[in-house]
Amino acid sequence: MIPVQFDYLAPESVEDALAALAEAGDDAKIMAGGQSLLPVLRLRLNSPEKVIDLSRIPGLRGISEEGDTIVIGAMTTHSDVVESELVGQHALLLQKTVAEVADPQIRHRGTLGGALVHADPAGDIGAAALALDAEFVIVGPGGATRTVPASEFFVDLFETAVQEGELLTQVRIPKHTGWGARYEKFVRVAHQWAIVAVAATVKMEGGTITEARIGLTNMGSIPLRATSVEAALLGQPATEEAVKAASATAADGTNPPSDLNGDSDYRKHLAGVLTRRAVLAAAGS
Amino acid sequence: MTRITVQVDDESYTDEVEPRTLLVHYLREQLGKTGTVVGCDTSNCGACTVHLDGRSVKSCNVLAVQADGHEVTTIEGLAKNGELHPMQAAFHECHALQCGYCTPGMIMQSIDLLNENPTPTEKEIRAGLEGNLCRCTGYHNIVRAVQTASGQEVAS
Ligand SMILES: Cc1cc2nc3c(=O)[nH]c(=O)nc-3n(C[C@H](O)[C@H](O)[C@H](O)COP(=O)(O)OP(=O)(O)OC[C@H]3O[C@@H](n4cnc5c(N)ncnc54)[C@H](O)[C@@H]3O)c2cc1C
Ligand code: FES
Ligand code: FES
Repeated sequence: MIPVQFDYLAPESVEDALAALAEAGDDAKIMAGGQSLLPVLRLRLNSPEKVIDLSRIPGLRGISEEGDTIVIGAMTTHSDVVESELVGQHALLLQKTVAEVADPQIRHRGTLGGALVHADPAGDIGAAALALDAEFVIVGPGGATRTVPASEFFVDLFETAVQEGELLTQVRIPKHTGWGARYEKFVRVAHQWAIVAVAATVKMEGGTITEARIGLTNMGSIPLRATSVEAALLGQPATEEAVKAASATAADGTNPPSDLNGDSDYRKHLAGVLTRRAVLAAAGS
Repeated sequence: MTRITVQVDDESYTDEVEPRTLLVHYLREQLGKTGTVVGCDTSNCGACTVHLDGRSVKSCNVLAVQADGHEVTTIEGLAKNGELHPMQAAFHECHALQCGYCTPGMIMQSIDLLNENPTPTEKEIRAGLEGNLCRCTGYHNIVRAVQTASGQEVAS
């Protein structure tokens, strides 16, 4: 199928994009890479009157460092993130997670900002952004800018702190230099969305875990942190036994969905198993 | 209507398109380049894969207006002076197709794969082709074709 007719705008600055958004109100849709938006338009699940393409705005794509922070423009593609040395050095968990998104063709077009604002509960990147304490720079009408921590960014299924009339411009990630990382994605077949996945990053001293961050994918309507596991891992050796014991509470307090891929209890079981595997791999990497 | 100028298979085209026109439909219906095919409605199958500025994309999931000012290579632009591209030759040699429907996309993605990783392992080849579905071959001979095109030994 092809989308319903729409007007196409390709502003060349953030100001012009905001002005176009303000004028069109809820009749407009932002397009980043289009990799989630175009399937929605083609299936006619949505039919905006205007599509505002951000890809002609210079300055929204690119990766840089500012002191202890890695700054990634919202329009940076998944493959840019995967190929970035800076990200590999300072936010390995993000790099490993983005490498598991979709397939190469979609990673060439899809963007970090688009995936995060889309906020599919089975989307991979939210859990890593949460585990790495990312911050989100959002610009609104008149250029008003605010910064939202990951803990407040994800609101509900397909809903984030980015409001109508606003744009996400940057994702800022505190450097986690030297931390090991693993994104453990459980799927039945290649090229599937996660049934459950665990994003783990740990800091090691000798054989001991001194810090740990764990994000969970598809264990509820938004990405979640397994804070009880993070606490239980502190000071533990990275052995199968110790990590297994600490991972036992991974699903505590979660309410994962039931669907054809597995029911809620199965997902809770998976969360524990995948957390153990992810932490052990992260500790060894 | 929006006017676009796109370089396709080394030739420049300027056309009026509706903004909703998908790149694959522009290629097939306006330019007559029917070598690129559509196999699904969900951007899963990869049959429509082309290169946009040298990187593989699913042309059913790109608007023609997004390609304005950019460069597209399709399966029709690979052979030069009647000589098959080495990847096309390897698919032929290794019998990497049966019905052939997935082949244009498979070849375009396989070329992208080798551009990024000139000597991939079998596992890397399978992962690199994960966005391309084939309902006939069982993938085995496709993997062998990519190994062959990369100049690597192929276990028989
Ligand atoms: C076949 C297929 C398989 C996939 N598999 C996976 C997978 O396994 N895991 C996964 O995580 N993802 C997967 N995806 C989705 C992919 O990651 C997309 O790239 C991503 O979800 C959207 O990024 P985009 O840049 O294409 O955004 P778009 O599709 O352009 O936009 C998505 C939404 O975000 C809004 N938006 C985008 N950018 C901004 C911004 N800067 N400010 C405000 N609003 C904005 C848009 O209005 C739209 O509503 C898959 C997609 C396809 C087609
Ligand atoms: S036709 Fe484009 S992915 Fe199937
Ligand atoms: S050869 Fe028939 S689908 Fe691949």
